[in-house]
Amino acid sequence: MATTVILNGTEHRFDGDTEMPLLWYLRDELGLTGTKFGCGIAQCGACTVHIDGAPALACQTPVAVAEGRQITTIEGLSPTGDHPLQVAWRELNVAQCGYCQTGQIMRAAALLQENPRPSDADIDDAMNGNLCRCGTYPRIRAAIKQVVSKGSRP
Amino acid sequence: MISREIGRDAGGLANVSRRGLVGGLGAGALVLALGLPRRSAAQGQAEKKFGAAGMPNGWRDDPRIFIAIAEDGTVTITCHRQEMGQGVRTSIAMVIADELEADWDRVRVVQADGDEPRYGNQDTDGSRSLRHFFVPLRRAGAGARVMLEQAAAARWGVPVAEVRATAHAVTHGPSGRSLGYGELARAASELPVPQPDAVRLKDPGQFRYIGREDVGLVDNQDITTGRAIYGIDARIDGMYYAVVARPPVYGGRVTSVDEAEALKVPGVVRVVRIDPPSIPSEFQPVGGIAVIARNTWAAMRGREALKITWEDGPNADYSSDTYRQKLQAAVRQPGKLVRSEGDLDRAMAGAAKRVEAEYYIPHLAQSPMEPPAALVRIQGGRCEAWACTQAPQVTRARLAQRLGLPEEAVTVHVTLLGGGFGRKSKPDFVIEAGLCSQAMDGAPVKLTWTREDDLSHGYYSTVSMERLEAGLDGNGRPVAWLHRSAAPTIAALFAPDPKHEMPIELGMGFINTPFAIPNIRMENPEAAAHVRVGWYRSVSNIPHAFAIQSFVAELAHAAGRDPKDYLLELIGPARTIDPTDLGDAWNHGEDPKLYPIDTGRLRRVIETAATGIGWGRPMPRGRGLGIAGHYSFVSYVAVAVEVEVGEGGAFSVPRVDIAVDCGPVVNPDRVRAQMEGAVVMGHGLATSAEISFKDGRAEQQNFDVYELTRIATTPREIRVHILPGGDYDRPLGGVGEPGLPPVAPAIANAIFAATGKRIRRLPIRDQINA
Repeated sequence: MATTVILNGTEHRFDGDTEMPLLWYLRDELGLTGTKFGCGIAQCGACTVHIDGAPALACQTPVAVAEGRQITTIEGLSPTGDHPLQVAWRELNVAQCGYCQTGQIMRAAALLQENPRPSDADIDDAMNGNLCRCGTYPRIRAAIKQVVSKGSRP
Repeated sequence: MISREIGRDAGGLANVSRRGLVGGLGAGALVLALGLPRRSAAQGQAEKKFGAAGMPNGWRDDPRIFIAIAEDGTVTITCHRQEMGQGVRTSIAMVIADELEADWDRVRVVQADGDEPRYGNQDTDGSRSLRHFFVPLRRAGAGARVMLEQAAAARWGVPVAEVRATAHAVTHGPSGRSLGYGELARAASELPVPQPDAVRLKDPGQFRYIGREDVGLVDNQDITTGRAIYGIDARIDGMYYAVVARPPVYGGRVTSVDEAEALKVPGVVRVVRIDPPSIPSEFQPVGGIAVIARNTWAAMRGREALKITWEDGPNADYSSDTYRQKLQAAVRQPGKLVRSEGDLDRAMAGAAKRVEAEYYIPHLAQSPMEPPAALVRIQGGRCEAWACTQAPQVTRARLAQRLGLPEEAVTVHVTLLGGGFGRKSKPDFVIEAGLCSQAMDGAPVKLTWTREDDLSHGYYSTVSMERLEAGLDGNGRPVAWLHRSAAPTIAALFAPDPKHEMPIELGMGFINTPFAIPNIRMENPEAAAHVRVGWYRSVSNIPHAFAIQSFVAELAHAAGRDPKDYLLELIGPARTIDPTDLGDAWNHGEDPKLYPIDTGRLRRVIETAATGIGWGRPMPRGRGLGIAGHYSFVSYVAVAVEVEVGEGGAFSVPRVDIAVDCGPVVNPDRVRAQMEGAVVMGHGLATSAEISFKDGRAEQQNFDVYELTRIATTPREIRVHILPGGDYDRPLGGVGEPGLPPVAPAIANAIFAATGKRIRRLPIRDQINA
């Protein structure tokens, strides 16, 4: 029996193994490679997506669990790529290699959705599951704070 | 005519062709990219070559290799160095576009395939992309600018001296006429490349992009929208997915495999044996069993279902605890002499005070956030690879060799790298993908390493024991200095069982230590490698700097002196030192006349970092400042750290000041970013990261126990001070690596200042309490 997944507003039907983590469904079956693989055990946050608006790790979410729910990936965060966080990320040149940054942006977007005026500690708490090996944390903090201080909402 | 670069960048890859890079260069577009000479840049065999000329395949400066201009004016710059976060795609484009007088908004960047005879050296390591290619690429940009000027002058029938290229157009001063680059491109492309003496480089005062902070990053849009393509993202229609079960111990092999259950996993299509390499294994895969499937998940499940028995081989006894004791015993005995000045024994015997200490630095894994991954297909006798490789030409050569193809039949397209740090200099993972494709009759196979694979089968940073002894005179000044460094060498990848550090390892902050001490002896006792030891960002500078910069602070304490003043005193007055006089004939591959060790520059970064952090200010209880300075990759970096140690020994880093002198700066924002990143990575290896072995097996398999710095533990404030680089005719230093070595000792020194606890073993973890 096919599973239905609502991804970035579009319905997709999947006939495969519903135990497959959403991560590999997105990347291998749908070709949406903006969601990254980093650890596979919920330690790095590179695969962060939104499920019904809340941050979720695609490597820990079987397709079965995603069924019928609204899933947003980095590709669907903003139709024009101009979510305030994406803009701030570019303005501050946050990225180095860039690999973890889609997960960082998705995690930060969920944070601001839930708490538009986070404190420094709130930012650290929310973002602490997202590893960056290049060490862009100072600029990640600065980019989030820039969006907060401008008060811009997606 | 469409330039070759464009065709290559698309490369038939489904998800790369949507990157929009082809847009400006339709059929019939210009082009400064005609047939190419195979001119060798480096001529003459006898004399020793330095810099880019000393690298395999040297350098090129022919504008037609790097620049194409379409008739709509779009400038396409080919970046032949690999992007792994250092910003090289932006920085190289800045250099070329500046000399070309191109409008930045009309510049596109495409990535070169691996082809060193065409591009010159492409091996992106050693912090040398701009150091080696700044001048050749300036000449390439300027050469194209001259060709455009010549084309305009010919069109108007005026002397070339009366025309001038500025901002994407050539104008004729006397008449005010102007032609855009697009209008001139075809005519310019038919001109010969100007002789070097006809090419005038810009006056740096006229630079449009070089040295500017606000250029941005060429990949920013793709990265922030998820469209950036890394090796792990490469896709071709109909491709298969593979993972490999590898021997848990380096040098081990499969004795038997039962693949029946694996083949029952839905989606698994084939199980393939990869032969073990002979040792030394260089860049060859370690062997094992590959599972090829219809998606990554099925391949991973198939791998779990394999029943393999392994023979562990000669390294089954390798355990970090006992190996550390072995290294310790080694540094307590005399070893191979690698530098000697004065009479150490006599000076030591006559010293008023003697100090000794041993420092241990464990294996580390580069663990780039993107694990190794590559896509390979073989069609009609030709092999194509898409890979996140730092070394595309090496990848091409090894792939060809292993697949039994001529090198010309192998094309390596380079994707973005999701971090490299030295791991992706080694193409073993691309070869694995090639072998899987071969086993599938050439069908495309993407092979992915899991994080467990990455940490278990790496090319680890070496493990090191450093012993230092010093004799101080009655005033506390060192008169005798003995340093023994024992660490398995990277040479073990290439030669059977070497026991000593290579010149490049000795020259990474060990024998080239520029201290003004009259009696010095440096020794390198034996150490055998039991795992693959490889490059890790800044390599042997990590253990050497940690030991030396910690020991200097220990001596300062023993002498009752301020550690910063004491460090400056050891460095001595500002002077230049020929590194060959210190026994370092390597000098990061650079000409010692062009790149002597300049102690004045080293002093200045230390003073700058100290001033930045407010060295000497009164510190509340539990807080302390530490400092360290180090020369590597022909750049000078100092780090000053403030730590705060709380109840129970937990500590945080409220503030770091890092000062860098890397000579003239092309892209200050990326220099800043590299220094910030070095501080964070250095903090991680100082505080928590370690790969240890037990029974030949890595004990850390994933990020739950291989602990890296996270946002909550990262230094609260990092201030980067870039020293003025001076004229752009001065030689450039490295940027990607030299920030890292001084970070860990500065943290350890700050902890000592805060608590009196001396850290001699990394990572620090909970030692403060112990």
